[in-house]
Amino acid sequence: MSVLVYAEHDNQTLKAETLKTVAAAQAMGGEITLLVAGHHCQTVAEEAAKVNGISKVLVADNTAYEYQLAENISLLVTALASEHDHIVATALTTGKNFMPRVAALLDVAQISDIIGVESSDTFVRPIYAGNAIATVQSLDSKKVITVRTTGFDAVATDGNAEIVSLDTVTDAGTSSYVSEELTVSERPDLGAASVIISGGRGMQNGDNFKLLEGIADKLGAAIGASRAAVDAGFVPNDMQVGQTGKIVAPDLYIAVGISGAIQHLAGMKDSKVIVAINKDAEAPIFQVADYGIVADLFEALPELESKL
Amino acid sequence: MKILVPIKRVIDYNVKVRVKPDNSNVDLANVKMAINPFCEIAVEEAIRLKEAGIASEVIAVSIGDKSCQEQLRTALALGADRAIQIDTAETLDALNIAKLLQKIVEEEQPKLVILGKQSIDSDNNQTGQMLAALTNMPQGTFASEVKVDGDKVNVTREVDGGLQTVALNLPAIVTTDLRLNEPRYASLPNIMKAKRKPLDVKSAADFGIDLSPRSTLLKVTPPATRQAGIIVESIDELVEKLKNEAKVIS
Repeated sequence: MSVLVYAEHDNQTLKAETLKTVAAAQAMGGEITLLVAGHHCQTVAEEAAKVNGISKVLVADNTAYEYQLAENISLLVTALASEHDHIVATALTTGKNFMPRVAALLDVAQISDIIGVESSDTFVRPIYAGNAIATVQSLDSKKVITVRTTGFDAVATDGNAEIVSLDTVTDAGTSSYVSEELTVSERPDLGAASVIISGGRGMQNGDNFKLLEGIADKLGAAIGASRAAVDAGFVPNDMQVGQTGKIVAPDLYIAVGISGAIQHLAGMKDSKVIVAINKDAEAPIFQVADYGIVADLFEALPELESKL
Repeated sequence: MKILVPIKRVIDYNVKVRVKPDNSNVDLANVKMAINPFCEIAVEEAIRLKEAGIASEVIAVSIGDKSCQEQLRTALALGADRAIQIDTAETLDALNIAKLLQKIVEEEQPKLVILGKQSIDSDNNQTGQMLAALTNMPQGTFASEVKVDGDKVNVTREVDGGLQTVALNLPAIVTTDLRLNEPRYASLPNIMKAKRKPLDVKSAADFGIDLSPRSTLLKVTPPATRQAGIIVESIDELVEKLKNEAKVIS
């Protein structure tokens, strides 16, 4: 048995979610190989080599992989698949983009967004926006799987695996990168943060999100938003927590001015401790919150900031 | 150019999902069904491209039993020109759906196929990418903007870090995210007109594809429920609880 895990990174650092995906791969059983595909991604490879529980790191460093275009990455992963029983990626936008292509090229199904591993062929995954949990047994000889990382604990990083360079270049030549508008922030990533403070429609406008910043700074928190706040144009889409945005499970999640639509709850209800600040005592968010406070957020936030 | 829009009939997004008592699946008996919201955005985008003079014809396709004709009629009422139902009583997984759609792509030769990024029932997020692989087309998934430019399409994608724009050679596959557009409502005259638009029915069995399932659904259970906690009276009490009871801040 052997597992190929696709490493999530931005050519500079290995994303913390990969450590949880490796934990899921360990539960499937067998030797684990971590694939780092990118360009000028040597530092990522070195970080990857420290991940516990893996036997080696494959590095495909080429301009064809710089932006991890699905057309090129899927050909690379498919070419490596013959040696592995499980092909595993993190269910973030990169993995969600290219993995189904790999599955189709291998003529196997994909099992998406698993939150549990029952055995090497049986997996647990949420369906209907998390309103039901399915246990699925794969009948394919090769398993193509994406992992929702909130279901797994990160492995440690004090290992020392061998790094092997690949010289295979798979360039489909049908797509190209044009541009990127990435949010630059000094705060932790939503996916990696142990504390998240999110604002909803109750914030009223984008400027008021500044009220969350002082608290976020004091707690070392990431700042998120509900779909309503993103759709209203208060903040960019990459801040969205929810079924169609980021799925998070921090130690502490503070929901401010968020009513608690099912769509939002699906993205944060696995958080260890949930705090809700909302002036509507009937808001559904209070039904999942460990601590709720019925208050006007414009008064509560400055007070909270001053008392932390 | 032709645009193909595959759509799916799913539970209406407002309906509360319930798991059957025997844990075999969710209970869909007598539940309101609708066009998958992401598919509706796909239909809207195709129609806008037609209204802009870029597309010449919009074809909606759905795979399922006769009941999915209801959603195809919705697509026709929104402005699609004709529809195809691939008839099957089976619930097919995404790979088999993609294989059937591949046959329709071969027959119709669309320049663009626009699909929803995922369906709100199985939440797989696979079909568009699989169809792209099978037809050897490039893909722009999770699109928030689509601009056709000669023999290329520029797709702006919602990615983890923000937005990424890619250029794809046509023919290409696009999957929609929520902010691509806001779908229109079908007007009553258009709903009436849709009843007379062509809707072809083809049998899934006639395509000669092995559609046997690739996985077995062992059980479906309700999610673990979270108990509501307590309402605190003041920020001081909240900070005290977070420090000393939950121990999540110091």
